Amino acid sequence: MTNLPAALTIDHRAPEPRRPAKLIADGVLGTLLFVFTEAMLFAGMISAHAIVKSQAAGQMWPPFGQPRLPVERTAINTAALIASGVLLVFAHFAFRRSRRQALIPLLFSVLLGTFFVVFQGVEWAALLQEGLTLRSSSYGGFFYLIVGTHALHAVAAILCLAWAWLRLRRGLLTSAQLGAVEVFWYFVVLVWPVLYLKVYL
Amino acid sequence: MAHVATAEAHAEHDAHHHGPQGILKYIWSTDHKMIAMQYLFTGMFMGLIGGLMAYVFRMQLAFPGLPVPGFGLVSPGEYNALVTNHGTIMIFWVAMPVLIAAFGNFLIPLMIGADDMVFPRINRLSYQIFFISAVVILLSLVVEGGGFGGAWTAYPPLSAESQYNLTRLGASLWVLAVALEFVAFLLGGINFITTLMNSRAPGMKAYDIPLVCWMIVIASILFMLSVGPLIAGAVMLFFDQTLGTGFYDPTRGGDPILWQHLFWFFGHPEVYVVLLPAIGIVIEIVATFARKKLFGYKIMLFTAVATGVLSFFVWAHHQFIAGIDPRMANVFTVTTLLISVPIAELLFVIIATLYGGSIRLTTPMLWALAFVAEFLIGGVTGIFLGASGSDVYLHDTYFVLAHFHYTFFPIAIIGTFAAITFWFPKMFGRMMNETLGKIHFWGTIIPFNMIFIPLFVLGLGGQHRRIYNFQNFPELAAMQPIRVLATLSLVVMLLFQIPFFVNFVRSLRRGEKAGRNPWHSNTLEWTTESPPPHGNWPPDQMPVVYRGPYEYAHPDREEDYWPQNLPA
Repeated sequence: MTNLPAALTIDHRAPEPRRPAKLIADGVLGTLLFVFTEAMLFAGMISAHAIVKSQAAGQMWPPFGQPRLPVERTAINTAALIASGVLLVFAHFAFRRSRRQALIPLLFSVLLGTFFVVFQGVEWAALLQEGLTLRSSSYGGFFYLIVGTHALHAVAAILCLAWAWLRLRRGLLTSAQLGAVEVFWYFVVLVWPVLYLKVYL
Repeated sequence: MAHVATAEAHAEHDAHHHGPQGILKYIWSTDHKMIAMQYLFTGMFMGLIGGLMAYVFRMQLAFPGLPVPGFGLVSPGEYNALVTNHGTIMIFWVAMPVLIAAFGNFLIPLMIGADDMVFPRINRLSYQIFFISAVVILLSLVVEGGGFGGAWTAYPPLSAESQYNLTRLGASLWVLAVALEFVAFLLGGINFITTLMNSRAPGMKAYDIPLVCWMIVIASILFMLSVGPLIAGAVMLFFDQTLGTGFYDPTRGGDPILWQHLFWFFGHPEVYVVLLPAIGIVIEIVATFARKKLFGYKIMLFTAVATGVLSFFVWAHHQFIAGIDPRMANVFTVTTLLISVPIAELLFVIIATLYGGSIRLTTPMLWALAFVAEFLIGGVTGIFLGASGSDVYLHDTYFVLAHFHYTFFPIAIIGTFAAITFWFPKMFGRMMNETLGKIHFWGTIIPFNMIFIPLFVLGLGGQHRRIYNFQNFPELAAMQPIRVLATLSLVVMLLFQIPFFVNFVRSLRRGEKAGRNPWHSNTLEWTTESPPPHGNWPPDQMPVVYRGPYEYAHPDREEDYWPQNLPA
């Protein structure tokens, strides 16, 4: 037994326990969970909106005397938001090749996102002029509630993106941090077309 | 560069492991055990307030028109505010912080062999937001106009319009407090799930995780999936109250039933959000004191998941008489009766674990067994309420109220006392007194049944829930002796909490020293010192896991327990 070469002895001990591998980095997982909750928040608002819309008096939607929402201009704005999301995908792959290359797509992603929020604000100002307010009807109430909630998320996510860009410029951004910010921004981008379809059209 | 990074990491590590000193240690700590204590003590304080509220309004019901000792005369408005806030506080500021936040924070890192939560600073933020929410709900009771009195379900238009509820500020602060509380638990839930996924000890596979950790994590997932629609509804309610929108006002195109759907879409899973951690606690205690391997680990786990999934499809059974379509009522009757199958299975597994074990009737075990017995009554009476045919007659009577308390009292109170008496040695390093513990146990369980069995009788007699003085209704006034019996039992039960507080405070300083593993239990938290130091284990002695958590009375071993961290 003792003379056998080491390769031929069979080790009967159980393998030494290993720490289970992390499937997803902590920060990304935490953000994903947060985003799932937020998705349910929007689902709640959208279903409430759908119920009230289906019960509208005389199936009038928008109700009598309320302005039509700017469907066409918002379509352009939607394209800007989606373009921002696509640029972030480019930034993701650029970051994997070499970190500095991600600076430019990330910057333009932030700028397009900011454009989206500012453009929405301009639209809101016009709609308020035309007499669509939170109190004017449940139509107006739901419009400002849903779009406003999305705008709050967009602003928060843009701040996170800008923070990521600043860290990237100083060479401090880790891939987990970029991943967490990406999850948040993709959520804001992807939930918008749904809101556009349900609220505007 | 690498050296700098290491030095930085060391500095961060040191700051993390020493943390703030002195009194700040108790307020500004990121240690999961300290945050658990903050949640536990806040929850117990709020529980005391909720219990005293019950005392005041039960006295009004038993002796209407007489001043309540210690409070004075109860006006109808005060009565409504007390009933409403008793419910709100007991669910959101007692059951949730104690069962999920306190024990989740204390147990998850210790049981999976981690040094702390994954996001310790988010964890601290979670408690701070929770603390603010508790202050807001208490403030709402004393503002001008008094506390909100529209029941804990807050149905509009009563909750939305101040000309109906007469508590303009109280109602808004109530919504605000509940919303803040949800944010706190959202942050906590993210932490629990991420920590369980990513920070387990080497060797701990999915089926080696103690079930109480799984249960708290499944409960957190349920909470996070169900709370979104309620937050949406709460924002709309808050806007209706403060900005004058008309989301729930039918005269302006809104829909009051909408709130009921949004509320109960959260409200029903919420029952399982607090039930699952309590069941998890009971499982740990039963396996330890039956000295027998848990009957079915995977059955238990997957049953809990099934319960969670089903719980999203039962909410409209709260609305059978709210004017919903009768065909919808049929669907929800079926789903509601279906959900009793996995719940019964959970109880059967516990009973099967007890069968043939060498049971030790310690105080925590008594609480765990009482949980099974009392929760069973709650479950069985629920069948009459889940079936729309009988619910039409029982809706909004004391039968509902008694059923509800037979589910929530075992969860929130029995489950909590079971957990406190079981983990007290680990939390504070000393044993609690068994005699005082048993006096407290029997003094709580017997009066509890004497409060709520009479209420079933009253409910079947047709007594409506939301009446301030039953003397105005001749048929109901005749049942006054039953009401007096329930109230006196409540007073007795509240008095029997004194032995618990005496025991708690006395044991903190003068209890017998508990060593590392006083109950001879298997899970990892018993392998460290009592109370565990900052970081839970010395950094070079982090535990390694070799087997599942319930290996009691293994035939190959002399000792009847086999800790998870012992090499084979």
